Amino acid sequence: MNEIIADVLVVGGGMAAGWAAISAAKTGARVVLADKGFMGTSGVTAPAGPNHWWVPPEAELRKAAVERRLESAFGLADPVWMERIIDITWQSIPEIAPWYPFSGDGKGGTFRAGLRGPEYLRALRQYATKLGVTILDQHPVLELLARQDGSIGGVAGYDRLNDRPWNARTGAVILATGGCAFRSGLLGSHNNTGDGYLMGVEAGAELSGMEFCISYSISPLWLSTRTLPYTGARYFNAEGQLLSIPGWDKPRDYLCKLADAFRAGPVYADLHEAPAGLPAVVREIQPATVAAFERRGLDMFQDRFEVKLFGEGTIRGIGGLRIVNDVCATSVPGLFAAGDAATREHIAGATSGGGAQNAAWALSSGVLSGTGAAHEAKKRRKTLDRSEKLKPLGGAGLRPSGAVKAVDRKAAIQTAQKETLDLDKALWRNETGLKSSASLLDKAWSEIRTSLHGEKLETVSARETAAMVATARWCNASALVRKESRGMHVREDYPQQNPDYQSRIITGGLDRITPYLEKLRTTEAVS
Amino acid sequence: MITEILPDRCNSCNACVVVCPDHVLDMAKDGQLPVIARPDQCQTCFLCELYCSEDAIYVAVDVPRSELKNDPLGNIRRDYGWDGHEEDPLKNFWQLGGLLREGVMISSARHALQQSDDKESEKKI
Repeated sequence: MNEIIADVLVVGGGMAAGWAAISAAKTGARVVLADKGFMGTSGVTAPAGPNHWWVPPEAELRKAAVERRLESAFGLADPVWMERIIDITWQSIPEIAPWYPFSGDGKGGTFRAGLRGPEYLRALRQYATKLGVTILDQHPVLELLARQDGSIGGVAGYDRLNDRPWNARTGAVILATGGCAFRSGLLGSHNNTGDGYLMGVEAGAELSGMEFCISYSISPLWLSTRTLPYTGARYFNAEGQLLSIPGWDKPRDYLCKLADAFRAGPVYADLHEAPAGLPAVVREIQPATVAAFERRGLDMFQDRFEVKLFGEGTIRGIGGLRIVNDVCATSVPGLFAAGDAATREHIAGATSGGGAQNAAWALSSGVLSGTGAAHEAKKRRKTLDRSEKLKPLGGAGLRPSGAVKAVDRKAAIQTAQKETLDLDKALWRNETGLKSSASLLDKAWSEIRTSLHGEKLETVSARETAAMVATARWCNASALVRKESRGMHVREDYPQQNPDYQSRIITGGLDRITPYLEKLRTTEAVS
Repeated sequence: MITEILPDRCNSCNACVVVCPDHVLDMAKDGQLPVIARPDQCQTCFLCELYCSEDAIYVAVDVPRSELKNDPLGNIRRDYGWDGHEEDPLKNFWQLGGLLREGVMISSARHALQQSDDKESEKKI
C-alpha cells in the first residue's frame, strides 16, 4: 500500500479545512487535505453562503462588537479570542480575490463580508492548489495513527472511488471534520457525522461544551434549505389559524412556541409578508432554496407549505474538541482542531454564534491551526520519513471488542438523533429524561463497540454510525453534569443560571464517559 | 434526490461522481452512464447539477420533472450563473444580511401586534 508523506494532513474539506491547508502551505509545509467527499461541495458551507463577522479595523468599532457579543455569551467566552478572529477574518477574505467573483456592496464598494458557498469553496480549493496543497477527494479518514510517544503521526482511511484503504504518515494532523447533526436532514450535513470527535477522543483528546447543541433551523417539511426566506414567515396550524410565534430575535421563545405548535399537529408557513425586496433576488442569493419549491411545483411566495425544524446538533451548537492554546492544538501532541470540529465557546460562550460568527471562527481557527500544525510538523520533519511503527487508534466500528455480529445501524443512528434532537427532550432537559437517554445511548454504544464491523466501503458507514452515537453520548453526559440553565442549555429541574457553573464542561472517554467542570478539575463519573 | 442522468447529454466525464459529497454515484464504465448506486445517501444539495457542464443531471424534489409545468432542467447552473450567461452572478449577494434582518423585524413586529391584540381581547372579556 502506498503511504502518503506530508508535514500537515488536514481532515475535512469545508471552510475550516480549506483555510487550514492554505495557512499551513504558506509556511512552506507539505500539505495534504483529505476529504470524505469533495472539497468544494462537502459540509454545510458549500450549499449555503455565509456572512462573516465583519468589523473594520477601528479600535472603537471592534471593542463595541466584542462587548455586544460578550453580553449574550453567558460568561463563557473570551474577548481576546473574539478580537483575534475578527482580525484574521478581515485580513484573510481579500486573499481569495483571484478566485472569487467579488461584486458590489450596493454603495459603490466591494462586498466581502458574505460569500456564496459553492464559489467560496471553489476559491479555497483553487487557492490551496496554487499553494501546492495535494487534495484527496473521496478519501474518508477512518482513524488516527500514533507514534511510540503517543503523538499523532498519521491517519488511515478508505479511498471510496478506488475501493481500497490508504494511509499517510504526517508531522501533524488537523481535524476539520465539521460538527454533527445526527443525520437530521439538515442541508449539507449528511457527511457531518462527528468523525473528528470520535477520532480525537480515541487519541486522548477532550471535548468541551457538548451540552450546547440545541439549535434548529426551519425549512419546508420535505427538504432542508437555507433559511433566508423564512425570517418573516407566518405560521399556521392545520385549521389554518395564524399562530403567535415570536421573531428570531428571541431564539429560545421562537423555538419553544414552535415546539408547542408541532406537539399539537402539523405546522404550515407562508411567505406573504416576506421582505418586499426578497423575491427579486432570492434566486441569485440562494438558488437551491428556490429549487426546493419550484421542483415541487409550488410558488414559494404564494403557496402555504408544511414546515419542520431540522436539528443542527453541534453544527450551530457550540461544543467540539477542546483546544488548549491559541493555535488550536488539542491536548494530544500533533493533533489540532478547527471549525465546528473544535469548541466555539471561546467566541460564542453558551449561545450560538449564528452564521456570521461561526463562519469567522471556521476561517480563523483554520488559519491558526494551519500555522500551529506546520510549526509542529517542522520539528518532526527529520524523523518523518523513517519507518517508525505507527499504532492505529480506531476502535468502534473498526475493531470490535467482541464477536462480529450484525448491528442495526439505522436504529443506532435513530437513537442518537432522537435522544439528542427530539424537541421536547432538547428544549426542556431534566435529570430523568437525560438519564433515560443515557441508558439508551449506552446500550447502542455497547452493541456497536462489541459487535459492529464493516468490510471495505462499509467501514466508512460503520465508523460514521459509531461517531454519531458517541457524539450523542458526550452531548447527553455534558447536559447531565451542567445542573443549571445557561444560554441554549435549559434544564427544567435547574431553571436558573448558577455562578458555580460559570465554567466549561469538559468531557471525553469512550466506554466510560467522564465529564467534569473545568474549574474544578476533578472527574465526576456518570453512572 | 438525484433521479436522472440523461443519456443524450451525459458525456461520461464522471465529474458528478467525484463532486458528490455523499458518494451517491459510481463511475461510468466504458462510455456508459455513471450509476446512481446509493440514492439513499443523496441530500438533495443540487451540487452535482451545478458541476455538470452538460446539464445532464436532474435532482428531483419528490415530483417527477414530467409533471412540472416548466422544465427546471439546467436551472441550478443557470441560477448560480455557472453557465456563463451572467457576467456578475453575485451582484445582489450583498443584500443577504439586510434581508435576513428585515425578515426578523417583520416577524418580531407581527408578534408584538398579536400580543397587544390578545391583551385587548382579554380586556373586553
